[in-house]
Amino acid sequence: MDLALFFQHLANGISLGSLYALIAIGYTMVYGILRLINFAHGDLLMMSAYIVFYGMLVFALPWWLSVVLAVLLTAALGMGIERAAYRPLRDSPRISVLISAIGVSFFLQNLGIVVFGGRAKAVYRPAWLAATIDIGGVSITTLALLIPGVTLILLLMLSHLVYRTKTGMAMRAVSRDYDTARLMGIDVDRIISFTFVTGSALAAVGGIMWALRYPQIHPMIGVMPGLKCFVAAVFGGIGNIPGAVLGGFLLGIGEIMLVAFIPNLAGYRDAFAFVILILTLLFRPTGLLGEKMAEKV
Amino acid sequence: MRRQGLKPPGAFVRLSEAYRQQPSRWGPLLTTVIILCLVSFIHWAGGHLNPYQVRILNLIGINIGLGLSLNLINGFTGQFCLGHAGFMAVGAYTATLLMMPPAVKQMNFFMVPLVAPLRQVELPFLAALLLGGLLSALMGVFIGAPVLRLRGDYLAIATLGFSEIIRIVITNIRSVTNGALGLKGIPAYTDLWWSWGFALLTLVVVSRLIHSSYGLAFKAIREDEIAAEAMGVGLFRHKMLAFTLGAFIAGVGGGFLASLLTTIDPNMFRFTLTFEILLIVVLGGMGSITGTVIAATIVTVLKEVLRGVEAPMDLGFVSLPGIPGMRMVIFSLLLIVVVLFYREGIMGRRELSWGRVLGTRDKTPDRGADT
Amino acid sequence: MSLLHLQGVGKKFNGLTAVSDFNLSMESGELVGLIGPNGAGKTTVFNLITGVHKPTEGRIVFKGEDITGLRPDLITRRGIARTFQNIRLFSKLTALENVLVANHLRLRSSPVEAVIRLGRYRSEEREMIGYSRSLLEAVGLAHVAGEQAGSLPYGQQRRLEIARALATRPSLLLLDEPAAGMNPVEAQELMDFIRQIRQEFDLTILLIEHHMRVVMGICERILVLDYGVTIAQGSPADIQKDQNVISAYLGVETDA
Repeated sequence: MDLALFFQHLANGISLGSLYALIAIGYTMVYGILRLINFAHGDLLMMSAYIVFYGMLVFALPWWLSVVLAVLLTAALGMGIERAAYRPLRDSPRISVLISAIGVSFFLQNLGIVVFGGRAKAVYRPAWLAATIDIGGVSITTLALLIPGVTLILLLMLSHLVYRTKTGMAMRAVSRDYDTARLMGIDVDRIISFTFVTGSALAAVGGIMWALRYPQIHPMIGVMPGLKCFVAAVFGGIGNIPGAVLGGFLLGIGEIMLVAFIPNLAGYRDAFAFVILILTLLFRPTGLLGEKMAEKV
Repeated sequence: MRRQGLKPPGAFVRLSEAYRQQPSRWGPLLTTVIILCLVSFIHWAGGHLNPYQVRILNLIGINIGLGLSLNLINGFTGQFCLGHAGFMAVGAYTATLLMMPPAVKQMNFFMVPLVAPLRQVELPFLAALLLGGLLSALMGVFIGAPVLRLRGDYLAIATLGFSEIIRIVITNIRSVTNGALGLKGIPAYTDLWWSWGFALLTLVVVSRLIHSSYGLAFKAIREDEIAAEAMGVGLFRHKMLAFTLGAFIAGVGGGFLASLLTTIDPNMFRFTLTFEILLIVVLGGMGSITGTVIAATIVTVLKEVLRGVEAPMDLGFVSLPGIPGMRMVIFSLLLIVVVLFYREGIMGRRELSWGRVLGTRDKTPDRGADT
Repeated sequence: MSLLHLQGVGKKFNGLTAVSDFNLSMESGELVGLIGPNGAGKTTVFNLITGVHKPTEGRIVFKGEDITGLRPDLITRRGIARTFQNIRLFSKLTALENVLVANHLRLRSSPVEAVIRLGRYRSEEREMIGYSRSLLEAVGLAHVAGEQAGSLPYGQQRRLEIARALATRPSLLLLDEPAAGMNPVEAQELMDFIRQIRQEFDLTILLIEHHMRVVMGICERILVLDYGVTIAQGSPADIQKDQNVISAYLGVETDA
C-alpha cells in the first residue's frame, strides 16, 4: 500500500470526521439532557446552508455576515423548535417527543422544498478554498485543512463553556439529574434552551462547511449527515461530548477508508454507519466512552 | 375454587365485550350486513367508478392493512419500530420478481442480467405475495432477534437503520433488483377484491390476536416490561411474534402496492414511506384498530386531495403554480399537531363496537382498556 | 429437601456490594420475614431470586433445580411469584385483565389457534377468565373487575397485585413491603389477609416489611440484613433481643 495514498485518504477522513463530530455534539448534548433523539438536528444544517446561500446571492451580503446570520438564525430556530414542539411534551412518554421530532424533521425538509425548491443548487466556492497544498506528497485542499481547524477551535470553545463556566456546570448537572438540578435552583428551561442554541449553532457551522465541501445544496442534504451523526454520537457514547467527537472522527475516517480500500463496497458507503450503529447497540450499548445506566426495579 | 355466578353481571358483561365482542346481540348480524354491503359495493365499484377513484380505494385498502400491521407492533405491543419501509421493500421486490413474466424481466434488466434462477420464474399473484410476506417475516426474525432487546428510541433508530440498510442493499444488488433503475411493467393484478380482502383479513387476524390472551400479553409488555416478565410473559417470544407478524403483513402489503403501481424503485422505500404509515397509526390512535381504519382512509384521501396543491392549477382567470412539497408540509404539521394537542389521536385506545354505535352497552364507566 | 435454597449468594453493582454471602433455606409452608434498614439489600435479594438480576456469586436452588441466572419469566413458570415495592400494575388495563395476564403462562394454544378460536383455545380462555374472577373474588375485588387498575385506591392496588401474583399459581410468593403506606389498622387487615391466602393457596411466603409489629406478629422466622450482610436470624423473640439488630436500627425510625 502506498503510504502517501494512505495519508491522502486519512486527511480526507479526518476532514469528513471533524464535520461529523461537530454535528454529533448537538445530538449528544440534547440526548444527554432530554433523552431525545432530535431528528430535526440534521435538517438544521440544511437550513443554515440555505441561509448563507440566500444571504450572499439574493441579499448580496458579505460572506462573513451571511455566516454570522446563519449561525444566529439556526440557533434561534433550534431554540424555537424545542419551545414549540418538545417542551409541551416534557412530561409525556418519550416516544411522543420522538414522534414530534420526526414530524419537525419532515416539516423542515419539505418546507425547504416549498421555499427553496427541490432542485439542488450549486454553491459558490471561493478559489482559495479549492486550492490544493502539497504536504510531503499528500495534496490537500485548503478546505480540507480548514474544516478540522474550525472544528478544533469550536471544540476548544465548547469545552471551555461546558467545563469552565457556571452555565456549563448547570448543563452537566441537568444532564445528570434533571429533578435534582431543579431543586438546586437551576433554571432547567433556560439551560435546555441554551443547550439547543449551542448544539444548533454547531450544526449551523457544520452545515456551511458541508455545503462548501460538496459544493451543492438541496433540502434533503441534512438527512444522511443527520442520521450518521446520531450514529457517531451513539458509537462514542451518547450524552458524552468527547465520545461524540471520537465517534464522529472514527466514523468519518472509517467511511472514507472503506470506500478507498474496498471500492466494490462504494455503493454501501451509507450503510456503513448503520452497520456500526447496530453493532454498537448489540455489543456495547453504552458506546465507547459512555456510562452505564440501569433501570431501578 | 370456582365460585362463578355469585357476582352481579357488571364485570362479566364488560369482559365478554373485551373478549368476545358481543356487546349487542345484533352485532354479528350487523357485521354480516356491513360485509355484504362492502362486497356489493366493490362489485358495483368495479363497473361504475373511474380508474382514478378505484386506485384511491385500492390504496385505502392497502394502507389499512399496513397501518394495522404497524399498530400491532408500535401501538399494541409498545415496541416503537421505524422499519416498515424496509419490510415493504422486501415484500414488493420478492413478489415482483416472482410474478413478473420472463419477457418483461428481460426488458427491465438490460444493464445487468437477472440471476439465472429468477429469470424464468413466473408464479401466480397469491403465491408471489405470500412468498414476499414470508421473506419479509424472515427478515423480521433476522432483524428482531438482535434489536428487540433494545428499548424506546434505541429500538426506533436501530429499526430505521436496518430499513435503510435493506434499501441500500436493494440499490446495489443490480443482478437481482435492477438497482436504482427499478422495475417497470409489473403485472397489475391488484384490484378492489384483492386490496380490500387484504384489509379485511388483516383486520380480522390482528383484532382477534389482540383480543386473545396473546394480545393481553402484548399490552402487558407495553405497560411494564419488568412486571410482564415477572408474571411469566416471555418478552422476547411475544415481541418477536408481534414483530414478525407485522413484518409479514407489511411484506404482503408491499407486494400489493407494487402490483397496484406497476413500477417500483429503491427510492420509494425511504423513511418517508414509514412516516406515512406512522402518521396513520398516530392519527388513528396508537392501540386502536378502528382508529387505524379511519385514519388510513383520511390520510389516503387527503394525500390525493392535496395532490391538487402540488400541481399547477388553472382557475380560468388566473393560473396558480403548483407548490411541490406542500403535501408533506401539511402531513408533518398534522403529525406534530396530533402529538402536541390530541395525543390520543382519533380513537386513543378505544374501539368502535356495535354496542357503542347503538348505545346498547351497559352503563359501566368507559375506560381506556376496552380494546 | 427445602423448597428454596440460597447458598452464598452475592451481588455487586459496578464493584459496589449490594448483597454478600446471603444464605437462606425455606421449607414448604414457611413464612419468613426479611427486614433491615433502608438500602440494606432486601429488594436486591428478591431481584436475585426472581431473575431480575443475575447473582455475581452463589447458587439459588428451587425445588431441587438450580435456577441461578434464569430468565424472570422462566423462574415464574417454575413457581415463584412476586409483588413490587412500588406497585407495578398494568395501570391502563382493567383489574381483571391484570390477573388474566398472569394466567397467560399456562396457555397451551398457539397464536394461530387463538386467532381462529379453536375449541381448545376457547376452553382455555374460559378457564382463565373463571379462575381470574374467582381470584378477584377471593381478594375482595370482584366488584372492581372492570375498573382500570391505575384508578383503584392504593389498598386495592396492593391486593390486586397479590391476586395477580397468585394467578401464576406459585408455590413461593415474595411480597415486597405489602403494608407500605398503610395505617396500623389496614396493616393488621393485610396480615390477616396474608395468613388467609397462605392457608387457602398452600403458599410459602417470603416477606419484606418495615412495619415491625406486623413482621413480628406473622413471621415464624426472620432474617435481618444490613449493608448486604445477614446480621441476625431467628424467631421474632430472638430478633427483638438481638444486640446487632438493635444497633443496626438505632436511630432509625421503624414506622410501626
